[in-house]
Amino acid sequence: MRGYIVSRLAWGIVIVLCILILNFLIVHLVPGDPLHALLGDFPVPPGYAEKMRADFGLDQPLLTQLWLYLQHLVRGDLGFSFANRMPVLDLILARLGPTLLLMLPALFLSAVLGVALGVTAAPRAGSAQDGALTAISLFGYSVPIFWLGQMLVIVFAIQLGWLPVSGMRDMRGSAQGFGAWLDVAWHLVLPALSVTIYYLAVVARVARASVIEALHHDYVLTAKAKGLSKRYILWHHVLPNAMIPVVTVIGYNFGQSLTGAILVETVFAWPGMGNLFITSIANRDYPVLQGIFLVTAVSVVIVNLLTDLLYAYLDPRVRTLH
Amino acid sequence: MRKFLSDIASQRSGLIAFGFIVALALAGVLVGFVPGLDPHTLSNDALLPPSAQYLMGTDDLGRSVLAGVLYGIRISLTVGFFAALVATFLGILIGAVSGFYGGWLDTFIMRVAEFFQVVPSFILAAVIVAMSGPGLPQIVLIVGLLSWPQVARVMRGEVMRVKQLEFVDAVRCMGIPEHKVLFGEVIPNAVSPVLAVGTLIVGQAILLEAALSFLGLTSAELVSWGRMLNSGQRMLFNAWWLSFFPGIAIFLTVLAFNVFGDAVGAVFNPRNRR
Repeated sequence: MRGYIVSRLAWGIVIVLCILILNFLIVHLVPGDPLHALLGDFPVPPGYAEKMRADFGLDQPLLTQLWLYLQHLVRGDLGFSFANRMPVLDLILARLGPTLLLMLPALFLSAVLGVALGVTAAPRAGSAQDGALTAISLFGYSVPIFWLGQMLVIVFAIQLGWLPVSGMRDMRGSAQGFGAWLDVAWHLVLPALSVTIYYLAVVARVARASVIEALHHDYVLTAKAKGLSKRYILWHHVLPNAMIPVVTVIGYNFGQSLTGAILVETVFAWPGMGNLFITSIANRDYPVLQGIFLVTAVSVVIVNLLTDLLYAYLDPRVRTLH
Repeated sequence: MRKFLSDIASQRSGLIAFGFIVALALAGVLVGFVPGLDPHTLSNDALLPPSAQYLMGTDDLGRSVLAGVLYGIRISLTVGFFAALVATFLGILIGAVSGFYGGWLDTFIMRVAEFFQVVPSFILAAVIVAMSGPGLPQIVLIVGLLSWPQVARVMRGEVMRVKQLEFVDAVRCMGIPEHKVLFGEVIPNAVSPVLAVGTLIVGQAILLEAALSFLGLTSAELVSWGRMLNSGQRMLFNAWWLSFFPGIAIFLTVLAFNVFGDAVGAVFNPRNRR
């Protein structure tokens, strides 16, 4: 077990290093002066450009530059956004909360619904439930998530007026405590549903496949021979074993759902990282864009790592293999 | 080949999807010959809902949404096709080398592939396009460079299966050098399951291009479905048709490629061969 953890950790560190180097190289892949990529298009105070050129050693060899860049990162210095008058790291961390608030309920919902769908459809190939699962997963894989958000807004917010159009809080609202939370939850419904769809497709598909796979094992036959009911076997013998690939796929698709959240945020003006991303694109605020890539990529690596560890915890075979 | 076609035809949904794709491609080509249907022509008929005159309504500058949707086919199919081509070509080459030679090279290549699968590709693509400027060739290249690992994994597995078949040893006995065995014998016999993955990548690439355009990262002069959704976003309150039609076009197109890809996969899946 320890060997497995160490090897996964070491691999995670290598990937993070590669991401840092990639992020460093982006600045140099862009045509023109790399200084421009470091500053963006927003006007900067006089003297700042010269200071940056010296700080990042832009007149020195590439390896020296990489070293200086890594030193900045270790100090938590991702640059300064003059468009927002804030250090990039603070800016991103401030937006992380709303994005997670959007993602986590969507994640939870799609995991529960996906597993339920997969488990009910799997033993009945070709049934109505199975057809529904196939339809839902094809829909989830094919629909542009931001367009789905737009359609939900048009139907449920603009036409029917049931739910708010955008934002995270009622601008005129003065609710405190529980009322304020309820207000946020109310605003969360449509964007969270949009994010759920893709994830639901992924989870349901894998849940179905792994339940079908688990049904063919000998222990299912043994359980049947003992005279246990089909339902009992499905929920107590098959499901726990089939859950392992499901956990993995949920973890590994964290990056996809983060991307989904970023796209959905721009539809609903949800004040998270996606919103920061699109305003930074409009402002050509390059340090923020790179910072967002760095933070999302590193968090995806961390979630993948946690998934691997959870996988080893759930499945003893993985531990002993390594 | 005839066997392949008859197998595909036995998958009814796959056949319908393929028909839809062909019709779409034809529409994208032929729309240029229809007089009076131009996505750039402004008129005084601003923000009209769908009617007999404008089947999909008009936008805030009086341009026909139908014309935009039809011309948008060109961008989506071109980007999807070429990006998938780049990814499939790279994936076949890299996966084949990885699976055929094995050893440290295989380990290294698979690690690189894992890296590309971990990195959030859409955000990376958006950052690169935002910084290097909008252009279709850039987008095709970036999407292709980010999608090859899926192909490479499948290809690697197939090559590892094929390379231990007897006929490969027979070829070796004829004294043919290893690289010729790989390119002349192993790859042609391992390539078919990869086509399913390639088809699925077309759909993913179309979605990715649409998302980049939706964020305003492609040229404003090109008429694309994602761009139309970008303008539709500002008009959600007054004009649902600006978002509805381009979005349903993306959805149906990607759906068609996914269904077709699944059908191709079912045909080539060795477990289904009898």
